[in-house]
Amino acid sequence: MKTITNYIRSLFLFELLKGLSITGGYFFSRKFTLQYPEQKAPVSPRFRGLHALRRYPNGEERCIACKLCEAVCPALAITIEAEPREDGSRRTTRYDIDLFKCIYCGFCEESCPVDSIVETRIYEYHFENRGEQIMTKQMLLDIGDKYEEQLADDRAAQANVR
Amino acid sequence: MDAVIALWTELPVVIQIVMKIVAIMLPLMLLVAYYTYAERKIIGYMQVRMGPNRVGFFGMRLWGLGQPIADAVKLMFKEIIIPTGASKTLFLIAPMLTIGPALAAWAVFPFDAGLVLADVNAGLLYILAMTSLGVYGVIIAGWASNSKYAFLGSIRSAAQIISYEIAMGFALVGVLVAAGSLNLGDIVNAQQGSVFHWFWLPLLPLFLVYFISGVAETNRAPFDVAEGESEIVAGFHVEYSGMTFAVFFLAEYANMILISALSALMFMGGWLSPLPQNWVDGVFLLDDGFQWLLLKTFAFMFLFLWFRATFPRYRYDQIMRLGWKVFIPITIVWIVVVSVMRVAEMPWWFN
Repeated sequence: MKTITNYIRSLFLFELLKGLSITGGYFFSRKFTLQYPEQKAPVSPRFRGLHALRRYPNGEERCIACKLCEAVCPALAITIEAEPREDGSRRTTRYDIDLFKCIYCGFCEESCPVDSIVETRIYEYHFENRGEQIMTKQMLLDIGDKYEEQLADDRAAQANVR
Repeated sequence: MDAVIALWTELPVVIQIVMKIVAIMLPLMLLVAYYTYAERKIIGYMQVRMGPNRVGFFGMRLWGLGQPIADAVKLMFKEIIIPTGASKTLFLIAPMLTIGPALAAWAVFPFDAGLVLADVNAGLLYILAMTSLGVYGVIIAGWASNSKYAFLGSIRSAAQIISYEIAMGFALVGVLVAAGSLNLGDIVNAQQGSVFHWFWLPLLPLFLVYFISGVAETNRAPFDVAEGESEIVAGFHVEYSGMTFAVFFLAEYANMILISALSALMFMGGWLSPLPQNWVDGVFLLDDGFQWLLLKTFAFMFLFLWFRATFPRYRYDQIMRLGWKVFIPITIVWIVVVSVMRVAEMPWWFN
């Protein structure tokens, strides 16, 4: 009996029609494609994009050249050289991040005792020439200055879980 | 109007025929171009995406309607690469051999009562012959490419096309028995009446077999093992690029349109209106006419895309099993049934 019903079902293309009805239903359903350059997906405050070096509100750079980020970086993307400044405080003279090596794991940000190196929400950037992928200290500080407000907000929003 | 007709009749016959051919070919090519657009759009919609919607005209997007034009221009400017080991002549002949029959079949296709390029009495036979010829292009393409993937693809596709040719031929025998004629115009005229007089009802199994075989004939999903990307890259046309590839592409889509139009013609009453004749006599657009044929053809063309969006690819041995052990027996049995109906003059189709 079962084989007979199976035969009839396959002969009348029962399952095929069922499949067609599903795709047919989706044909009319609402599309949730984001039209990228015009519309953008929401970005989490934890997003790990392009790096930045932050400053204190008084304008002093946070980084104290402890080199924890350089040590923790699994891709060896960070290169730091440091020297005492004229006023005797320990500062970096060189802080380079090679974005080709970087895997955006966020360990540098986690390891930083002064919240200096951070990863921003910026995810749209490109390089046109060889060598441009090295982010120098000045470039990182500039990004930090430009987005300081948002960076501070994001850190504040995540303060309870850090 | 009379002056135009007088001018027309004074033209040499050759030029008249060429102009008629152009009048069929140009809309067909445009339809093929926009069929590819419709495919991407419809399958996109079924996968809850939007499909192409960027390329438009004159800076306007227009839902991406410029896409097929952009694709065509791109393909035209691409280099035609001929592999070193390929047999050059055959390699270049193959795409022409594929598209030639696909377009030639339209010669006997009636678009409306009496509106046909060549009113051949053996029209159905001619179309069967032309659609079968397409397989040579595929075989030659696979052989001339001198590539194992192309060769495997062409073997698969040839075996598949030949297998389904039989079921398709038998399905057409059913139509022939029912209509009593090989002339496509007469086949449509034999279906006069309303929806229930069309052949899809008495020939339902043959109709299904015909359309599914048509999907297999054109190597479309779910029967597209001939170009199974996961196994043999793109099948018989891996080595083709630029315009030679575009010609294969055109032929495939022209064949799909042909199969759709033939299904509409032979089983869905062609240009006949689905409403009873005495209701629609003389009513604009509802009366018999080309618009109905177009509508039915579009419906079948949509089905092709719907299938592709829905069904996973058949396994190769299952395709063969379906062709030989399911479709051929069904068609043979139903030809007998139709013949009995015909002899018994069963109302209301065959009296």
